[in-house]
Amino acid sequence: MENIVIIGNGIAGVTTARHIRKLSDKKITIISAESEYFFSRTALMYVYMGHMKFEHTQPYENWFWKKNRIDLINAYVEKVDHEDKTLVLRDGSFLSYDKLIIATGSKPNKFGWPGQDLKGVQGLYSKQDLEQLEKNAPNKDVCKRAVIVGGGLIGIEMAEMLRSRKIPVTFLVRENSFWNGVLPKGESQLINEHILAHHIDLRLETNLEEIISDENGHAKAIKTDKGDIIECTVVGLTAGVTPNIDFLKDSGIELGRGVKVNRLLETNIKDIYAIGDCAEQHEGIGSRRPIEAVWYTGRMMGETLAQTLCGNPTEYKPGHWFNSAKFLDIEYQTYGWVFSERSKQDHEEHFHWRHAKENICLTIAIHKDTKQFLGINTFGIRMRHEIFDRWLTENKNIEYVVEHLKDANFDPEFFKAYEQEIVSKFNMTYNTNISLKKKSWKRIFSKA
Amino acid sequence: MKIIQKIGLIIFLVGLAVFTAVPLLGTFKLDQNTFDNLVAEKNIKSDVFVAEINQNVVGKEFSGMQGLSPLVAKALDNANETHIKNKEYDKKIYTSSSDMATLIGKKSGTGFIANNKGIMWFLTFGLAIIGALMYILPNAILLGKKGIKNDGVYHESATNRGWIAWMVFIFLVSFYLVLYFASEYAVNWTFLVDPISESLSGNPAGHWFVYGFMYCVVMSVMAVRMYIKYRHNMYQIVRTTSVLFFQIVFAFLIPEIMVRLQMPYYDFKNAFPLDYDFFFQWNLKELLNSGGIGLFILVWGILLTVVFVPIMVYFFGKRWYCSWVCGCGGLAETLGDPYRQHSSKSLFSWKVERWLIHGVLLFALVMTALTLYSFFAETGTVLGIKTSSIQNLYSLLIGSIFAGVIGTGFYPIFGNRVWCRFGCPLAAYLGFVQRFKSRFRITTNGGQCISCGNCSTYCEQGIDVRAYAQKGENIVRSSCVGCGVCSAVCPRGVLKLENGPEEGRINSTEVLLGNDVDLMNLVNKK
Repeated sequence: MENIVIIGNGIAGVTTARHIRKLSDKKITIISAESEYFFSRTALMYVYMGHMKFEHTQPYENWFWKKNRIDLINAYVEKVDHEDKTLVLRDGSFLSYDKLIIATGSKPNKFGWPGQDLKGVQGLYSKQDLEQLEKNAPNKDVCKRAVIVGGGLIGIEMAEMLRSRKIPVTFLVRENSFWNGVLPKGESQLINEHILAHHIDLRLETNLEEIISDENGHAKAIKTDKGDIIECTVVGLTAGVTPNIDFLKDSGIELGRGVKVNRLLETNIKDIYAIGDCAEQHEGIGSRRPIEAVWYTGRMMGETLAQTLCGNPTEYKPGHWFNSAKFLDIEYQTYGWVFSERSKQDHEEHFHWRHAKENICLTIAIHKDTKQFLGINTFGIRMRHEIFDRWLTENKNIEYVVEHLKDANFDPEFFKAYEQEIVSKFNMTYNTNISLKKKSWKRIFSKA
Repeated sequence: MKIIQKIGLIIFLVGLAVFTAVPLLGTFKLDQNTFDNLVAEKNIKSDVFVAEINQNVVGKEFSGMQGLSPLVAKALDNANETHIKNKEYDKKIYTSSSDMATLIGKKSGTGFIANNKGIMWFLTFGLAIIGALMYILPNAILLGKKGIKNDGVYHESATNRGWIAWMVFIFLVSFYLVLYFASEYAVNWTFLVDPISESLSGNPAGHWFVYGFMYCVVMSVMAVRMYIKYRHNMYQIVRTTSVLFFQIVFAFLIPEIMVRLQMPYYDFKNAFPLDYDFFFQWNLKELLNSGGIGLFILVWGILLTVVFVPIMVYFFGKRWYCSWVCGCGGLAETLGDPYRQHSSKSLFSWKVERWLIHGVLLFALVMTALTLYSFFAETGTVLGIKTSSIQNLYSLLIGSIFAGVIGTGFYPIFGNRVWCRFGCPLAAYLGFVQRFKSRFRITTNGGQCISCGNCSTYCEQGIDVRAYAQKGENIVRSSCVGCGVCSAVCPRGVLKLENGPEEGRINSTEVLLGNDVDLMNLVNKK
C-alpha cells in the first residue's frame, strides 16, 4: 500500500488527505508540530475576541481522523532525505514515505528590524502566536498600548482583536493609504476612515525603525522613521508572510521564495509535491502571483493534487479569482480582477460607487475598449459567487452586468438594496440608459 | 454609561430578589364565610375535609403559604383515605392538594402583599423592567459601530457556563417547578398581576396568567436587546418584531379578551401537535358547547395543522412558524439569544435529536389517536390502556418537564432551543415538510467559506452549518428554524436564507467553485 506523508495540517494538507481518502485506500500520515488536530487559521482571531473557543475552529470532530484512517503525528520535520525517501524528525527518529507532500504554509515576515526578537514582539499566524498574544496582551492593564506594523489583512485583524479588549492600538502602515497595493483608492480611503472610527491610531506613510528594549529584554517602545517614539508593551509584526521552508534548504528540492512546483504541483524531485502557501509556481497563472497565500487556493491545490496522486494527473487550474475579507465591521468580496491604481493596466478602467452615509461601496473594473466586465469589489454588499463566476466565463459586457445586478445580490432578506442607486450613477457617468432587470431565479440557476 | 449599567443591574437584582422572596412571605387568613362559599362553589362533599379545615385553618393567621399548604394537604389526604376506606367514593376529592391549597390561598391572602398590589408590582416587575432596560439601553453606544458584536461571549461567566449561568439555570428550573408542581407558592405572585388580569378578562389572576404576563414582559425587554445587538440586520429586526407581536397579541391579549366575551380561551396560532391537548375530551366538549365560535376554533385548529402549516412551510420553510410566530421560539430568540452558542454540534447529539424528536411526535400522534377513539367510542380505555393515563403521562413528561422545566430552564447550559430541537412534535412535523417538500434552503455562496466555524458555533439548533458550507452545499436540514444568525455572523457573506425554486435546492458539488474542471473529462469518467 502506498505510503503518503503530508507535512503540515493546514487547509491544503488536510484537503489533500481527505480527497485521497475519498478516492483511494492509501496509507495517509499528516505531520504537524503546531496542533494536534486541523483547525481554521483564519478563525484564530475570533478565539481571542471571545466569539468562539479554540475547539470551535476545528472543522472535524476528533474521531474523524481515526475513522478515516488518517494518521496524525505530532512532530517537527528537521530534514528531508529524498534519496532514502525518509524524513528526519526533531527527536531523531525517522519516517519513510513513498510520496511526500509539503504543505508547511507560511511564517510572518521579519525585515531585520532592530529589536525584532525582543519579548512582546510577535506575529499572528500560528496557534502558538495566539497563545503568545493571550500572554502578552490579556487585557488593557497588562498591555498599555500595542503597535502593529504592516498594513495588510493580518494587521487590521490584529488591531480589531486588541481593540475588542479595549487595548489602545497604533497601526503603522508604510503606504499612504491602507492596503492600496491591492485596493483601488476609493475603497482604501473608506477603510482608512473606518479604522480611525474604531479608535485605532492609524499612521500612514510611517515605517518602523527600531524596537526599544527595557532592562528585561522586553519591548518598551518603538521608534518610527519620522522620529516618533511610541511607548508600547506589545509589537505586532504583520508585514506579510513568507513560505515556511527553512528546513528544506539543503534537501536538493528546488526553492525560490517557496518550493518551486509545476502545474501538476510536482517539485523537481520525483514523488515530492508542494501545495498551499509554501508552493511557488514557476510562472504566475494568468494574472495570479506565483505564490498565493490564500485559504481558497490552498484548498483547490489540495483537491487537485489528490486527483493526481490517485491516478488522474490533473493540472492546477484555478478558475476566476475570488477572495473575501472583513475589515472590522465591513465585509469585502472580490470576483475577477480589480487592480489598484498601482498595478492597474492601461486598458482597465473603474466605475466606483459609494453610499452617501453608510460604509458601503463597490468598484467594477471594465475593459476600456471592449467594455468587457473584468471584475468587481464590494464593501458592505454580499454578492453571489456563482453568478460572477459565470459572467466572467461568458465574458459578459459591463452593460449586461449592471443591468442584471439584482441577480447577483446575496444580502439577507429585508436588507436595503442599492442597485437602483448604482445604476443611476452608472448611467450618469457613462451617459447610458440602462434600466435594472428584475431578479430572475431562472437566470440565476441556468447553467453556463 | 458603565455606571448606568451597574446601577441598572443592582435595581434589576433587587426586583428579582423581591420577586423570588414573595412566595414565602405574606399573611393568609381564611374566614368562615369565604370557606363556606368555596365549599359550595367547588361542590365539596367531604365532611371530613371540611371539618378538618374548619378546625385547623379557618380563622387562623399564617405567614407564608409554607404554613398553610401542608395543613390543606393533610386534610385532603386524611379525607380521601377515610372515604376510600368507607367506600364513599362520591365524597372523594379529586382536586390535587396543590391546587386545593392554591385555591384556598388565593381566597385568604390578606397582609401587605394582597393589599398593596400596585406597590408590590412596582417592587418586582417594575424594578426588574427598569433595571434591565438601564442595563440594556447603554449598549446602543457601548457596543460601538453597528455590526456583529459577539466580543467576549466566551469570556463572560453568564454566557460561558460560568457561575452566573448556573445561578440562572437554578432560578429558571425552580421557577418552572413552582409553576407546574407547586402552584400554591405562586399565589402571592398572582396578587401582583390581579389588576392587570381583571382589566383584561375580568377575572383575578391565576398562576398561568402570571406566567403569560411575565413571558410577554421578558420577551419585550429582551427584544430591546435584540434590536440593539442586531441593529445592522433588518432580517433580525423584522423577525423579532414578528414573534413579539404574535406573543403579545395572539398568545396573551386575544385569549384573555375572549374570556371576557364569554368565549373559550384559545391561542389561534398554537397548532397541534404542539398544542397537544387540542383533541382532549374536555377541550372538544368545551368547544362544541360554546356555539359558533367554538366550532370556528375547532375547524380553524384542524385547518391550521392540516392545510396552512404544510403550505406555509412549502413556501417559506418552517421558519415562518418557529422563528416568526411561535411563542416557544419567541422566548428562545429573545431571552435565549445570549445562550445560543451552547447547543452541541456533535454527531452524537444529532443522532439523539432525531430519535427523541420523532419519538415525541409519534407519542403525540398515538395519544391523539387513542383520545379521539375514546371520544367517539365513548370509552375510557383502548386495548386495556386507560386513555387518561396516557394523557397524564404526556402532560407530565412532555408538556411540563420537557417543554417547560428543561426547555427553558436549561437555556444557560444547553442552549436556547433544547425543546425545539429535541422535543417539539410540531417542529418534527414541520421539519419533514421542510426537508422534503419546500422552497426554503440556506444557500451557500460558492467557494467563499473559510471554515471559521462562526456559523456552527452560533447555530441554536446544533446544526454543523460549516460542514455544509465548506463543501459548497446548500442546507436543507429539517431542524433549521431559519433564525438567520448563521448568515449574520458569517464574516465572508457565505450564507443566505432563501425561498427559491425547489428544483436544484439540494446541490452536491463535487468540486468547489474556483477549480476549473474539465467538464467533458469529468462527464466521460462517470
